[in-house]
Amino acid sequence: MAQTYRTMLVDPMVDNNPITLQVLGICSALAVTSSLQVAAVMAIAVTLVTGFSSMFISAIRTQIPGSIRIIVQMIIIASLVIVVDQVLKAYAYEISKTLSVFVGLIITNCIVMGRAEAFAMKNPPIASFVDGVGNGLGYGLILMMVGFIRELLGSGSLFGVTILPTVNNGGWYVPNGLLLLPPSAFFVIGLLIWGFRSWKPEQVEEREYRIQTVEAH
Amino acid sequence: MEALLSLAVKAIFVENMALAFFLGMCTFLAVSKKISTAIGLGISVTLVQAITVPANNLILTYLLAPGALAWAGFPDVDLTFLGLISYIGVIAAIVQILEMVLDKYFPPLYNALGIFLPLITVNCAILGGSLFMVERDYSFSEASVYGVSSGLGWALAITAMAGVREKLKYSDIPDGLQGLGITFISAGLMAMAFMSFSGVKL
Repeated sequence: MAQTYRTMLVDPMVDNNPITLQVLGICSALAVTSSLQVAAVMAIAVTLVTGFSSMFISAIRTQIPGSIRIIVQMIIIASLVIVVDQVLKAYAYEISKTLSVFVGLIITNCIVMGRAEAFAMKNPPIASFVDGVGNGLGYGLILMMVGFIRELLGSGSLFGVTILPTVNNGGWYVPNGLLLLPPSAFFVIGLLIWGFRSWKPEQVEEREYRIQTVEAH
Repeated sequence: MEALLSLAVKAIFVENMALAFFLGMCTFLAVSKKISTAIGLGISVTLVQAITVPANNLILTYLLAPGALAWAGFPDVDLTFLGLISYIGVIAAIVQILEMVLDKYFPPLYNALGIFLPLITVNCAILGGSLFMVERDYSFSEASVYGVSSGLGWALAITAMAGVREKLKYSDIPDGLQGLGITFISAGLMAMAFMSFSGVKL
């Protein structure tokens, strides 16, 4: 069992990453990554919510009637998100201001619902917890990578600490303002997916149409 | 009136739900392969958004906001921390009711939109719309306008995206970028185009 727990935890990070392969939870991945600190807080919040909601849902999975399961899952997830939201407001008010509505949007983050539906409804609580945490970490990994690229190149700092001194402050680095704007998140994630899929070619999607040379008559 | 119009323009173009705030991205990427389905989903989102944002505004004003329960004899009660759970409950309920009403009275519309409605409960654009309404302190009339126009903006974005993707499938794309990757890049280019609307004011 130890081995399978390990695979459950590691598998969603690269081989079955929620963002690059399952296309889940994209919204927040794009919106909160302009600075690394915010991305880290978001990653932790999502990991905790996914882990615990999977665990709780799995614990009562035999009692939930099939027809109202979505509502039940929603309520469990929403309660956990409220806890996270209140904790953030109490202890990290600045960050909670920057995250604005995106903390609340963890409720509709497809990763949480997706794992509840696909895994927690069929598996025991501890396995579900590990699976939830694994998926949360896989999501966090991408979030941190995007946040790293955007903050380093966009404002020359990491976690708010200056790494590349910018021209404005008498340094040499001309910051690339585009990376702080929304569209860059699409580009960075698109390129990350390209990188991931070149590394793991089995993740490449089938083409609908293939361009080929046709014999002339 | 002028303020409402300007709010509408801002919500449709400048602060486009999909391209400036990345809301509803999962469905935006998953259901934008064909223009016809994209339009169907866009209409459903607009419809649901137009109902849920004002509804949640009423709930906030008369039940949750500090002092809102004064009519029931609890002037000191502040229930705003229950916001998230009530909004999502309202959204889920309204989507369910809408599905039943459409099924009974407008069968053709139900057949066209039916498959998308359950998807909408977990579309973050809907919850996001309500949360932005709360954060920006909209009044009831502003909330109604914001609901319709943010839905329209989202519909516009997904339809345009579907148009791009229908053409894109014939192009020769590097293997690793095929599918999801190139969709992200084109969405990024579209977001840049939408950024040129910023600063537009009425």
